[in-house]
Amino acid sequence: MAVHTSQSVAKAAGDDIVARGRSRGTGNPQPPSRLRRALSTHWYAWTMVAPVVIVIGVIIGYPLVRGIYLSLTDANERNVARSIGVNHIPATYKFVGLDNYADALTGDQFLGTLGWTLVWTVSCVAITFSLGMALANILNRRIAGRSAYRMALILPWAIPGFVSVFAWRFLYNEDRGLLNKILSGAGIDGIPWLNDPTWAKLSVIAVNVWLGVPFMMVALLGGLQSIPSEHYEAAEMDGATAWQRFRHITLPGLRPVSTTVILLSTIWTFNMFPVIFLLTGGGPGDATQILVTQAYKFSFEISPRDFAQSSTWGVLILVLLLIFAAIYRRVLRTQGDDW
Amino acid sequence: MVTTIPTTRHSAPKVRMRGERSPLASTALHLTLVVASVIAVFPVLWVLLTSLKPAELATTTDFFKETTFKNYTNLIQNTKFLTWFGNSLIVAGLTTLIGVIISASTGYAVSRFRFPGKRGLMWTLLITQMFPVAVLIVPIYNIMASMGLLNQPAGLVITYLTISVPFCAWMMKGFFDTIPREIDESGQVDGLTPFGTFWRLILPLAKPGLAVTAFYSFITAWGEVAYASAFMVGEDNLTLAGGLQLFVNRYGAQWGPMTAASVLIAIPAALVFLFAQKHLVTGMSAGAVKG
Repeated sequence: MAVHTSQSVAKAAGDDIVARGRSRGTGNPQPPSRLRRALSTHWYAWTMVAPVVIVIGVIIGYPLVRGIYLSLTDANERNVARSIGVNHIPATYKFVGLDNYADALTGDQFLGTLGWTLVWTVSCVAITFSLGMALANILNRRIAGRSAYRMALILPWAIPGFVSVFAWRFLYNEDRGLLNKILSGAGIDGIPWLNDPTWAKLSVIAVNVWLGVPFMMVALLGGLQSIPSEHYEAAEMDGATAWQRFRHITLPGLRPVSTTVILLSTIWTFNMFPVIFLLTGGGPGDATQILVTQAYKFSFEISPRDFAQSSTWGVLILVLLLIFAAIYRRVLRTQGDDW
Repeated sequence: MVTTIPTTRHSAPKVRMRGERSPLASTALHLTLVVASVIAVFPVLWVLLTSLKPAELATTTDFFKETTFKNYTNLIQNTKFLTWFGNSLIVAGLTTLIGVIISASTGYAVSRFRFPGKRGLMWTLLITQMFPVAVLIVPIYNIMASMGLLNQPAGLVITYLTISVPFCAWMMKGFFDTIPREIDESGQVDGLTPFGTFWRLILPLAKPGLAVTAFYSFITAWGEVAYASAFMVGEDNLTLAGGLQLFVNRYGAQWGPMTAASVLIAIPAALVFLFAQKHLVTGMSAGAVKG
């Protein structure tokens, strides 16, 4: 319905402008202008998308532009516009060009945090994907109690994230947490789950994997169920081993789902604020701080609040993710995926 | 939990295992599933059990000890839990309502019409999902501060629309794509305008999709931490995510109220979620895969 090719409009564009110019002189009846013709054809579509376009423009676009601008200044708590009582103090921060970017990219802090963020993202996504894939494959078989298992395995996804994170903090508690109680029951010394840099890193990864596996599993299970069973039968007929069937039927069959969930979960994990913020607060020291939590820290936890630095990190995170998404998409396309 | 009997199962996977599985393999599979299920369920179960113990026994390892609802009554009477709950409810409810209303029509337009700017819009919707909280939080904070909206539910609602609107539109497109176009055509034959078709024919059919999208955006707003922690201060203005932080940070660790609050927050959400999750995945992957 109402499918109008945009080509016709685009093609006619050149002629339109000429015709309009001429018609002005001669007073001929005006052919509809390009804009008007597009409007009359597409106004329904444009009206229907208008609210979202306005929302995106006003409350995402404008702050984004402001954020980019702030990253080019030396704005902090002391020099932004603010009101103290009835006095309004105007902003006194100034434009500093790319200094913030130069500082971030040449200093240790950004690169160090980036390194751990990459380790965090890659290990979380890889472990989550592998576990999700394994569980999805098991659950896709005829097995007694399948729906009970499925319900149990989905549970972590059903609990609001911040609640789960606090539950884990409770389990990880060094003196009185359950995990250390169990260890001491077995005669093993308690582990400083969240207070030792290495253990803290492992702990936050474990929690994020725990949170992420259900989504992976359900998505992959959906993908598995869309693979025609004839393929497996034919392969079995030809004497393919279980591994060969997995390798040559399951993996390619799951490709559309896998590529999507890997992209999504990479982006989500890279920006996973609540797990780090609520579990360790980035500590001990800044050992588990990822880029997003560190950027948050600059503007909301340290004094004076460093808005410029925070925005700079924010823009850099966005740029990194955009580059990642573009490369990912290009790689997929060269491998023949229509994505 | 009820185990479905294989013969009555209609959503069963297409025939996969025709050969017999050896008892050993069977045991290994069950063992894996049991271990995984225990890991998945246990932390949640443990919090539930702890919430039913007197606060001073919270960190003991006994599963059942002096079961009591004291943590719950204490939580409701002596803390601001109900206020936080109300704040979260208002913020998440309004976000969902506004978000779903404005993104449904966009989802439909993107699903059905071809129009200049569509590709750009689709990309924008996709790319905004990549926005780290860090890139918008400072400017939005400053804007909210200058408009006097910090510490106001309205400020958080507006902020959460930046998260929910692109995602809702994306998911709604996926749902509309699954509704046959013939229905639109029949609407046109009957003389309905495109908007009339959307409103009278398609929207009623998309109710499950609307429900799932609404649910998802509700849950997202319900569980948001970063903006809520930065924008809302003072015990009366906190949402649940901020409120729970008080139990664990400022006063040391008050595991009693913390666990009780966790249960009260999680159980309703989990029940609805388990009910809705099947459609959730369909919607998300439909939207994402077809891009």
